[in-house]
Amino acid sequence: MASVLINVPARAKRGEIIEIKTLISHPMETGYRRTQLGAVIPRDIIRLFVCTYNDTEVFRAELHPAIAANPFIVFSTVATESGTLAFQWTGDNGFSVTESAPIVVEGPDMAPHTPQRSEPSRGTRDGPR
Amino acid sequence: MTAGGVAAGIGLASMIAVEPARATPVAMQEAIRHVVGSAHVNAGRVTLELPPLSENGNAVPLTVSVESAMTERDHVKAIHVFTEKNPQPDVVTFRVGPRAGRASVATRIRLADTQTVIAIAELSDGSFWSGSATVVVTLAACLEEA
Repeated sequence: MASVLINVPARAKRGEIIEIKTLISHPMETGYRRTQLGAVIPRDIIRLFVCTYNDTEVFRAELHPAIAANPFIVFSTVATESGTLAFQWTGDNGFSVTESAPIVVEGPDMAPHTPQRSEPSRGTRDGPR
Repeated sequence: MTAGGVAAGIGLASMIAVEPARATPVAMQEAIRHVVGSAHVNAGRVTLELPPLSENGNAVPLTVSVESAMTERDHVKAIHVFTEKNPQPDVVTFRVGPRAGRASVATRIRLADTQTVIAIAELSDGSFWSGSATVVVTLAACLEEA
Protein backbone atom coordinates (compact mmCIF):
# COMPACT_ATOMS: atom_id res chain seq x y z
CA MET A 1 0.00 0.00 0.00
CA ALA A 2 1.12 3.45 -0.72
CA SER A 3 2.72 5.25 2.15
CA VAL A 4 1.77 8.82 2.86
CA LEU A 5 3.39 11.73 4.66
CA ILE A 6 1.22 14.65 5.68
CA ASN A 7 2.36 17.80 7.40
CA VAL A 8 -0.48 19.77 9.01
CA PRO A 9 0.01 21.98 12.07
CA ALA A 10 -1.69 20.35 15.06
CA ARG A 11 -2.91 23.70 16.32
CA ALA A 12 -3.69 26.99 14.66
CA LYS A 13 -5.28 30.29 15.50
CA ARG A 14 -8.69 30.98 14.06
CA GLY A 15 -8.31 32.72 10.73
CA GLU A 16 -4.67 31.78 10.37
CA ILE A 17 -3.48 30.60 6.97
CA ILE A 18 -1.88 27.21 7.43
CA GLU A 19 0.40 25.44 4.99
CA ILE A 20 -0.25 21.78 4.24
CA LYS A 21 2.35 19.50 2.69
CA THR A 22 1.56 16.05 1.36
CA LEU A 23 3.74 13.33 -0.11
CA ILE A 24 2.59 9.93 -1.34
CA SER A 25 4.66 7.07 -2.68
CA HIS A 26 3.70 6.34 -6.28
CA PRO A 27 5.78 5.68 -9.43
CA MET A 28 3.73 8.05 -11.64
CA GLU A 29 4.58 5.90 -14.66
CA THR A 30 4.15 8.26 -17.59
CA GLY A 31 3.10 5.88 -20.34
CA TYR A 32 5.83 7.34 -22.57
CA ARG A 33 8.66 5.08 -21.48
CA ARG A 34 9.65 1.84 -23.13
CA THR A 35 11.40 -1.27 -21.91
CA GLN A 36 14.70 -2.29 -23.49
CA LEU A 37 12.69 -4.56 -25.79
CA GLY A 38 10.73 -1.59 -27.04
CA ALA A 39 7.40 -2.32 -25.39
CA VAL A 40 5.56 0.73 -24.06
CA ILE A 41 5.17 0.69 -20.30
CA PRO A 42 1.50 1.46 -19.66
CA ARG A 43 0.57 4.64 -17.89
CA ASP A 44 -0.04 4.39 -14.15
CA ILE A 45 -0.50 7.76 -12.48
CA ILE A 46 -2.43 9.47 -9.74
CA ARG A 47 -4.90 11.69 -11.54
CA LEU A 48 -6.63 13.51 -8.73
CA PHE A 49 -5.87 14.79 -5.26
CA VAL A 50 -8.62 16.32 -3.13
CA CYS A 51 -8.44 17.89 0.33
CA THR A 52 -11.58 18.40 2.37
CA TYR A 53 -11.83 20.35 5.63
CA ASN A 54 -14.72 19.06 7.74
CA ASP A 55 -16.28 17.63 4.58
CA THR A 56 -15.97 20.86 2.59
CA GLU A 57 -13.59 20.71 -0.35
CA VAL A 58 -10.85 23.31 0.00
CA PHE A 59 -8.29 22.17 -2.56
CA ARG A 60 -8.04 19.91 -5.58
CA ALA A 61 -5.21 19.08 -7.96
CA GLU A 62 -5.62 17.35 -11.31
CA LEU A 63 -2.36 15.60 -12.09
CA HIS A 64 -0.82 14.58 -15.41
CA PRO A 65 2.22 12.41 -16.18
CA ALA A 66 4.48 15.46 -15.89
CA ILE A 67 4.17 15.34 -12.10
CA ALA A 68 7.28 13.76 -10.61
CA ALA A 69 7.18 10.31 -9.00
CA ASN A 70 5.96 10.35 -5.38
CA PRO A 71 3.76 13.41 -5.83
CA PHE A 72 4.56 16.21 -3.42
CA ILE A 73 1.91 18.90 -3.11
CA VAL A 74 1.98 22.02 -0.97
CA PHE A 75 -1.03 24.28 -0.54
CA SER A 76 -2.71 26.42 2.08
CA THR A 77 -6.04 26.83 3.78
CA VAL A 78 -7.57 29.10 6.40
CA ALA A 79 -7.98 27.49 9.82
CA THR A 80 -11.69 28.03 10.40
CA GLU A 81 -12.66 25.47 13.02
CA SER A 82 -11.38 22.41 14.80
CA GLY A 83 -11.93 19.16 13.02
CA THR A 84 -10.46 16.94 10.37
CA LEU A 85 -8.58 17.49 7.16
CA ALA A 86 -9.13 14.56 4.84
CA PHE A 87 -6.95 13.79 1.84
CA GLN A 88 -7.76 11.53 -1.06
CA TRP A 89 -5.60 10.44 -3.98
CA THR A 90 -7.19 8.56 -6.87
CA GLY A 91 -5.69 7.33 -10.09
CA ASP A 92 -5.17 4.67 -12.73
CA ASN A 93 -5.75 0.98 -12.05
CA GLY A 94 -8.21 1.71 -9.27
CA PHE A 95 -5.68 3.53 -7.13
CA SER A 96 -7.35 5.15 -4.14
CA VAL A 97 -5.82 6.21 -0.85
CA THR A 98 -7.44 8.23 1.91
CA GLU A 99 -5.73 9.81 4.89
CA SER A 100 -6.76 12.37 7.46
CA ALA A 101 -5.23 14.67 10.00
CA PRO A 102 -6.86 16.39 13.00
CA ILE A 103 -6.50 20.09 13.66
CA VAL A 104 -7.32 22.12 16.74
CA VAL A 105 -8.30 25.72 16.06
CA GLU A 106 -8.17 28.15 18.92
CA GLY A 107 -10.01 31.43 19.28
CA PRO A 108 -8.22 34.64 18.38
CA ASP A 109 -7.67 35.91 21.90
CA MET A 110 -6.89 32.66 23.61
CA ALA A 111 -3.47 32.52 25.21
CA PRO A 112 -1.49 29.55 23.93
CA HIS A 113 -1.02 28.03 27.41
CA THR A 114 -4.66 27.71 28.51
CA PRO A 115 -6.02 24.20 28.17
CA GLN A 116 -9.29 25.11 29.90
CA ARG A 117 -12.41 23.23 28.91
CA SER A 118 -15.17 25.61 29.85
CA GLU A 119 -14.87 29.17 28.81
CA PRO A 120 -17.23 32.08 29.02
CA SER A 121 -18.94 32.16 25.69
CA ARG A 122 -17.67 34.75 23.32
CA GLY A 123 -20.56 37.13 22.84
CA THR A 124 -20.40 37.62 19.14
CA ARG A 125 -19.55 35.43 16.24
CA ASP A 126 -17.72 37.46 13.72
CA GLY A 127 -17.94 36.71 10.07
CA PRO A 128 -20.87 35.78 7.92
CA ARG A 129 -20.72 32.09 8.73
CA MET B 1 -11.86 26.20 -33.80
CA THR B 2 -14.35 24.17 -31.80
CA ALA B 3 -13.52 22.48 -28.53
CA GLY B 4 -13.89 19.12 -30.26
CA GLY B 5 -11.48 20.24 -32.93
CA VAL B 6 -8.98 21.31 -30.33
CA ALA B 7 -9.29 18.03 -28.47
CA ALA B 8 -8.90 16.10 -31.72
CA GLY B 9 -5.87 18.23 -32.55
CA ILE B 10 -4.27 17.44 -29.22
CA GLY B 11 -5.08 13.77 -29.59
CA LEU B 12 -3.57 13.74 -33.04
CA ALA B 13 -0.50 15.58 -31.85
CA SER B 14 0.11 13.07 -29.10
CA MET B 15 -0.40 10.18 -31.51
CA ILE B 16 2.05 11.53 -34.02
CA ALA B 17 4.50 12.36 -31.29
CA VAL B 18 4.96 8.80 -30.10
CA GLU B 19 8.59 8.63 -31.14
CA PRO B 20 10.14 10.71 -29.79
CA ALA B 21 7.18 11.77 -27.69
CA ARG B 22 7.17 15.53 -27.63
CA ALA B 23 4.69 18.34 -27.41
CA THR B 24 5.34 21.49 -29.37
CA PRO B 25 4.74 25.13 -28.51
CA VAL B 26 1.74 24.81 -30.86
CA ALA B 27 0.34 21.92 -28.82
CA MET B 28 0.85 23.98 -25.69
CA GLN B 29 -1.03 26.91 -27.21
CA GLU B 30 -3.87 24.57 -28.10
CA ALA B 31 -3.94 23.16 -24.58
CA ILE B 32 -4.04 26.68 -23.17
CA ARG B 33 -6.85 27.62 -25.58
CA HIS B 34 -8.74 24.56 -24.43
CA VAL B 35 -8.66 25.91 -20.85
CA VAL B 36 -9.17 29.63 -21.37
CA GLY B 37 -11.55 29.46 -24.33
CA SER B 38 -11.75 32.74 -26.16
CA ALA B 39 -10.69 34.84 -23.16
CA HIS B 40 -7.63 37.04 -23.36
CA VAL B 41 -4.68 35.95 -21.21
CA ASN B 42 -3.01 38.90 -19.50
CA ALA B 43 0.64 38.85 -18.55
CA GLY B 44 1.38 39.44 -14.88
CA ARG B 45 0.15 38.71 -11.34
CA VAL B 46 1.46 35.14 -11.60
CA THR B 47 4.89 34.28 -10.24
CA LEU B 48 6.30 30.95 -11.35
CA GLU B 49 9.36 29.88 -9.43
CA LEU B 50 11.56 27.22 -10.99
CA PRO B 51 15.30 26.72 -10.72
CA PRO B 52 17.05 28.31 -13.71
CA LEU B 53 19.17 25.19 -14.11
CA SER B 54 18.06 21.69 -13.26
CA GLU B 55 20.44 18.74 -13.29
CA ASN B 56 17.63 16.22 -13.10
CA GLY B 57 14.45 16.75 -15.06
CA ASN B 58 12.73 13.96 -13.15
CA ALA B 59 11.92 16.16 -10.19
CA VAL B 60 12.04 19.91 -10.60
CA PRO B 61 10.59 21.96 -7.74
CA LEU B 62 7.89 24.37 -8.88
CA THR B 63 6.07 27.07 -6.93
CA VAL B 64 3.26 29.19 -8.32
CA SER B 65 1.86 32.19 -6.52
CA VAL B 66 -0.76 34.64 -7.70
CA GLU B 67 -1.39 38.17 -6.47
CA SER B 68 -4.93 38.02 -5.16
CA ALA B 69 -6.86 39.12 -2.10
CA MET B 70 -8.45 35.62 -1.99
CA THR B 71 -11.76 36.95 -0.72
CA GLU B 72 -15.21 35.63 -1.56
CA ARG B 73 -15.57 38.29 -4.24
CA ASP B 74 -12.08 38.32 -5.66
CA HIS B 75 -10.11 35.11 -5.68
CA VAL B 76 -8.18 32.69 -7.81
CA LYS B 77 -10.30 29.75 -8.95
CA ALA B 78 -7.64 27.67 -10.64
CA ILE B 79 -3.98 27.58 -11.56
CA HIS B 80 -2.99 25.65 -14.67
CA VAL B 81 0.59 24.71 -15.56
CA PHE B 82 1.75 23.92 -19.10
CA THR B 83 5.03 22.94 -20.74
CA GLU B 84 6.02 23.28 -24.38
CA LYS B 85 8.35 20.31 -24.88
CA ASN B 86 7.11 17.54 -22.61
CA PRO B 87 5.30 14.63 -24.30
CA GLN B 88 2.06 16.36 -23.44
CA PRO B 89 1.56 20.03 -22.58
CA ASP B 90 -0.60 19.65 -19.46
CA VAL B 91 1.26 19.39 -16.18
CA VAL B 92 -1.23 20.06 -13.41
CA THR B 93 -4.35 22.03 -12.52
CA PHE B 94 -4.79 23.29 -8.97
CA ARG B 95 -8.33 24.29 -7.96
CA VAL B 96 -8.37 26.74 -5.09
CA GLY B 97 -10.77 29.30 -3.66
CA PRO B 98 -11.25 31.84 -0.88
CA ARG B 99 -10.73 29.11 1.72
CA ALA B 100 -7.11 28.85 0.60
CA GLY B 101 -6.24 32.19 2.20
CA ARG B 102 -3.47 32.79 -0.26
CA ALA B 103 -2.93 31.64 -3.81
CA SER B 104 0.34 29.80 -3.51
CA VAL B 105 0.96 26.15 -4.37
CA ALA B 106 4.02 23.99 -4.93
CA THR B 107 4.86 20.58 -6.34
CA ARG B 108 7.63 18.76 -8.23
CA ILE B 109 7.39 18.26 -11.97
CA ARG B 110 9.13 16.42 -14.78
CA LEU B 111 10.77 18.26 -17.63
CA ALA B 112 11.82 16.41 -20.78
CA ASP B 113 14.01 19.19 -22.12
CA THR B 114 15.22 22.74 -21.66
CA GLN B 115 12.04 24.73 -22.10
CA THR B 116 9.62 27.38 -20.96
CA VAL B 117 6.93 26.53 -18.42
CA ILE B 118 3.78 28.64 -18.27
CA ALA B 119 1.34 29.04 -15.38
CA ILE B 120 -2.11 30.51 -16.00
CA ALA B 121 -4.36 31.70 -13.20
CA GLU B 122 -8.12 31.73 -13.61
CA LEU B 123 -9.73 34.42 -11.45
CA SER B 124 -13.24 34.63 -10.06
CA ASP B 125 -13.98 37.64 -12.28
CA GLY B 126 -13.33 35.50 -15.35
CA SER B 127 -9.96 36.99 -16.22
CA PHE B 128 -6.83 34.97 -16.91
CA TRP B 129 -3.29 35.93 -15.94
CA SER B 130 -0.04 34.21 -16.78
CA GLY B 131 3.56 33.93 -15.76
CA SER B 132 6.41 31.88 -17.17
CA ALA B 133 9.88 30.62 -16.40
CA THR B 134 12.59 28.97 -18.46
CA VAL B 135 14.54 26.02 -17.14
CA VAL B 136 17.74 24.56 -18.53
CA VAL B 137 17.55 20.78 -18.05
CA THR B 138 20.72 18.70 -18.28
CA LEU B 139 19.22 15.23 -17.64
CA ALA B 140 15.84 14.87 -19.30
CA ALA B 141 12.90 13.02 -17.78
CA CYS B 142 10.41 10.71 -19.47
CA LEU B 143 12.41 9.27 -22.32
CA GLU B 144 14.82 6.88 -20.66
CA GLU B 145 14.37 3.14 -20.92
CA ALA B 146 13.23 1.26 -17.90
